[in-house]
Amino acid sequence: MQIIFEKSVPERHGVSLPCSDVPARHTVAEKYRRKTDAALCELSELDVVRHFTALSRRNYGVDTNFYPLGSCTMKYNPKITEKIAGLTGFSALHPLLPQLRRGGMLTQGALAVLYELEQLLCEILGMDAFTVHPLAGAHGELTGMMLIAAYHRDKGNRKTEILIPDEAHGTNPSSAAIAGFSVRSVPTDPDTGVLDTNTLEAMIGEQTAGIMMTNPNTLGLFNPQIARIAELAHRYDAQLYYDGANLNAILGKFRPGDADFDIVHVNLHKTFATPHGGGGPGAGPVGVRKHLEPFLPVSRITKRTDNTYALNYDFPKSIGYIAPFYGNFAVCLKAYAYILMLGGKGLIEASENAVLNANYVMHSLKNDYHIPYLKTCMHECVVSAKNQMKHGIHAIDIAKALIDRGFHPPTVYFPLIIKETMMIEPTETESKETLDAFIIAMKEIAAAAKETPDALHAAPQTTPVGRLDETKAAKDMDVNFTG
Amino acid sequence: MTTPTNLKYSKTHEWVKIEGTDATVGITQHAQEALGDITFVDFPKTGTNVKKEGSAGVIESVKAASDIYSPLAGKVAEINEGLETAPESINSDPYGSGWIFKLTNINAAEAAGLMDAAAYDAFVESGK
Repeated sequence: MQIIFEKSVPERHGVSLPCSDVPARHTVAEKYRRKTDAALCELSELDVVRHFTALSRRNYGVDTNFYPLGSCTMKYNPKITEKIAGLTGFSALHPLLPQLRRGGMLTQGALAVLYELEQLLCEILGMDAFTVHPLAGAHGELTGMMLIAAYHRDKGNRKTEILIPDEAHGTNPSSAAIAGFSVRSVPTDPDTGVLDTNTLEAMIGEQTAGIMMTNPNTLGLFNPQIARIAELAHRYDAQLYYDGANLNAILGKFRPGDADFDIVHVNLHKTFATPHGGGGPGAGPVGVRKHLEPFLPVSRITKRTDNTYALNYDFPKSIGYIAPFYGNFAVCLKAYAYILMLGGKGLIEASENAVLNANYVMHSLKNDYHIPYLKTCMHECVVSAKNQMKHGIHAIDIAKALIDRGFHPPTVYFPLIIKETMMIEPTETESKETLDAFIIAMKEIAAAAKETPDALHAAPQTTPVGRLDETKAAKDMDVNFTG
Repeated sequence: MTTPTNLKYSKTHEWVKIEGTDATVGITQHAQEALGDITFVDFPKTGTNVKKEGSAGVIESVKAASDIYSPLAGKVAEINEGLETAPESINSDPYGSGWIFKLTNINAAEAAGLMDAAAYDAFVESGK
């Protein structure tokens, strides 16, 4: 397929402007004016419509078919939340309005949405205060790490280190490092698949500023020793951070605040069904217990005694601004609508079905694939292509073969501690029929690995381009179109 | 590929060849296989001191970025500049042209905690 610039034909236009009947006059000084025409493509309106329609038909999203990308919670995003976010009372608001004189009274609805979303998240996570400013999960992590740094600085603690399990998302060590901490990786117990408290006890000390945990972890396993981990952390005044990437497993069943976590971030675009994966943007609100509240970023929304809302900047210990304005407002609004639509009971059912679906897939595949931890998993399961390796088939071949069968592949080669991993997260919004079709495809591929491995090496064959050379892409990256 | 018997091995899958107070470090056949096609090596700086089991650079492959841990403490004397243009040497010849850095001022006694080829093969076999 040609890119739109290759389709350009000199002098072709999308619109015809009438000739000007007034003399031309430049208001931009000569020195600022470009000397050559902008290198835009020249096409008719129809050319452009066909180009983008063709592109859209090659797109794959959760609205197309099953998207079991582990760790990403690609659940269905209800269209009603789009409709609500499109209401002019929200969509036409200027973000500066609440900061202008009397502007606050013109934006009470929007401020109420953010305030109430914070309250709902406090209730769901068991925390005391929330900020909805962070613009993505990793941004939430960085905010959390900055809060930990601010807390220890304020107390005069000299702490340098964040402990992170080796199965954690790569963003965890990155966030801690960017906030100025050194990172130490805590090995997972190979027998249980979760962090072992004895290992942690040997590594923790006065230097430990915090521990970042994902629970359930990236193997889809809930760590039953969490109370002891919290006790260990707090013995050294280390702050316990909850990465909410896997929150979809435990809504209404487990609240990080009740387990003595000090900070959490939640991914609204995962758990609370707002679009993501190229269709973003995301949002990663951060919640804290009381002792960390003074450090939260500004602005914050406060409720006055007359039940109106106002932006408040008077928090002298705050880490300051972490994002323009108030976060990704439309994402927060959609998540707010989703939470209200499901209600407490609905959210619990969502998690229950997410866990049920993951276990259904895992147990249906156990005779065809190696399952490193064959016990009840949470909202996602980890399956390995270890048994297929003797036929020369790797996780990547299975992923590509799934594309030919109409499915988005699961996450592959993560977590890093398992060989040839495929991490499957079906989410609660998939029907049994869809799950069964996926399971059949996976079984077919397992059979093909034995009988016709070469066919799998050749996959994908149904896509506009076949197997890409990932090594070349990583080594000789060239993203410039030079004509 | 058989595991060379003249080298010592770490649990984090590096090999080390000790010659007096000098040593050469690379990653094992098992490590390169697990990482897949290697695309980039971030070397330790020559002249810096590395700790035993301390981070001494990063290897990036199409699958992941992984720390290289130095099997011994010492001073980085030389890096394998050939890997800058041909990082795939680690895949094709991990124990030869795929060496990563050389150390000097090492304490050979520290090598006592490392595995020999047979112990390393058993370690890899155990899947830990």
